[in-house]
Amino acid sequence: MIKTEHLRYAYNAAESEELKFVLDDIDFSVSAGEFVAVLGHNGCGKSTLAKHFNGLLLPSGGTVYVSGMDTKNETYYWDIRKSVGMVFQNPDNQIVATVVEEDVAFAPENLGVPSEEIRKRVDEALKTVDMYALRRHAPHLLSGGQKQRVAIAGVIAMEPKCIVFDEPTAMLDPKGRREVIDTILKLKNEKHMTVVLITHYMEEAVKADRVVVMHKGKIVMNDVPKKVFSEVKQLKNLGLDVPQVTELCYLLNKAGCSLPNDILTVEECADELERLLQ
Amino acid sequence: MLKDITLGQYFPIDSPMHRLDPRTKLILLVLHIVAIFLANNAITCGLVTALTLLVMLLSRVPLATYLRGLKPILFVIVFTAVLNIFLTAGTKIELFGYQTPMTWEGLVLAGKMALRLVLLIFASAALTYTTSPIALTDGIEKLLSPFAKLGLPTFELAMMMSIAIRFIPTLIEETDKIMKAQKARGADFESGSLIRRVKALAPMLIPLFISAFRRADDLAVAMESRCYQGGNRRTRLNEIHFAGIDLGATCIFLLFFAVTVALRFLL
Ligand SMILES: Nc1ncnc2c1ncn2[C@@H]1O[C@H](COP(=O)(O)OP(=O)(O)O)[C@@H](O)[C@H]1O
Ligand SMILES: [Mg+2]
Repeated sequence: MIKTEHLRYAYNAAESEELKFVLDDIDFSVSAGEFVAVLGHNGCGKSTLAKHFNGLLLPSGGTVYVSGMDTKNETYYWDIRKSVGMVFQNPDNQIVATVVEEDVAFAPENLGVPSEEIRKRVDEALKTVDMYALRRHAPHLLSGGQKQRVAIAGVIAMEPKCIVFDEPTAMLDPKGRREVIDTILKLKNEKHMTVVLITHYMEEAVKADRVVVMHKGKIVMNDVPKKVFSEVKQLKNLGLDVPQVTELCYLLNKAGCSLPNDILTVEECADELERLLQ
Repeated sequence: MLKDITLGQYFPIDSPMHRLDPRTKLILLVLHIVAIFLANNAITCGLVTALTLLVMLLSRVPLATYLRGLKPILFVIVFTAVLNIFLTAGTKIELFGYQTPMTWEGLVLAGKMALRLVLLIFASAALTYTTSPIALTDGIEKLLSPFAKLGLPTFELAMMMSIAIRFIPTLIEETDKIMKAQKARGADFESGSLIRRVKALAPMLIPLFISAFRRADDLAVAMESRCYQGGNRRTRLNEIHFAGIDLGATCIFLLFFAVTVALRFLL
């Protein structure tokens, strides 16, 4: 679905000063239907990488392919834009209209989709994110989680194959966070969408098929969540957390217990502790 | 405090007024305002009042909402009325045997002016309550489209207008938040000389501007990711079109207008 080869990027590419590569030799790939979580410290280049996936930024070096199309090739410009949707951190700054359904219609309107077809897409997108009942409301009166779901519906209405979420829950309260994560999982499981989720919450990353960890513009870890999170020490060195239960088991192991070091959920942890106590 | 400001609040319900083409509503509003200012005697005033009330009834927006819309200009209405009553020359009004400085002519004029102002507010509110900002800017864009051929960027203007309307509540909320934050740190916006107070606004305006620029940046990226590419091949969810109901409304308004004009100049 998305593939980068030796991707490098510097923001100051046009100026003569020494180039500082924000992305340095990134080889990243997501296959169709996969759910990949991207972790990394602030400023390590996650958002910059995400903006390469739909051609908002073009590589300074290397290549980015979206469904086999090179993002540098201008003939594919709109095909790439509409096959990879993006949801950003601040829901207020991505809503353009004053009525929910008019906002969701923005992308298909831009693409010149006929009115009846837009109506169908808007209704379906709003039902998918469970906001259909509020379709005629004013977005600024909604809660953070609801606003973010409207933003997601706005992207779904574009009918992309892949959606990139850039810290979609960072500004939400726990309830809003749940709503958004449930929506993302629903898109993956029921609509079979490809999902890239950039996040700071390990509990969200655990749900992914694969976790990619970035550090200073490079990919340092790239594996299934169980493998990545079993490297507690390395993650801590990178300034990242691990899920609370994983940390608990890590500390218990250090204190002499023998627990598996790839525990990610509370249920797993409870089962293992029970076994240990018997 | 700042949140009380309601600007062109749209009422998302269904009514005959909601179903009218925004262009029809805009043009008929202009026509109706002209009629309101032409009306100068009992019959014509009655006619424009009746038509305004009919429109308000058809909009299915509660009367209380319309009345609330009067609040900000209540002072202007009362002030002009008082001035008119006292300053118009004519026969003085007698009260309990005393002659007062008020005149009968002034009273009539004051009533007429107040009626005009109230009808004006009600009529424009009927437009904004029943037309979403997007539909409104769509309508303005289409009305201006003849000028597009002369190089006027009508689409861009309409887009700017609807985004500005969209961000009014967001920025008001933000202003409120910053004001509270600065007050919590001891900022004082309310006392001292005028110059002092203007200076006190700087620590509020600077963060507001910085945040507005950041929002603009974010919004541009979000719009681009949603395939925004200007106006040339854009379609609409609710394509506006002139239908039977618009023709009907236009006929009614034209009839009222003709009668008002005729009665004003004939009576
Ligand atoms: N528009 C920009 N111009 C210049 N530098 C930028 C710009 N955006 C981000 N950067 C820099 O690029 C680096 C990576 O930023 P970003 O991709 O936003 O990180 P992350 O999303 O992982 O927090 C940071 O050091 C940041 O200062
Ligand atoms: Mg970021």
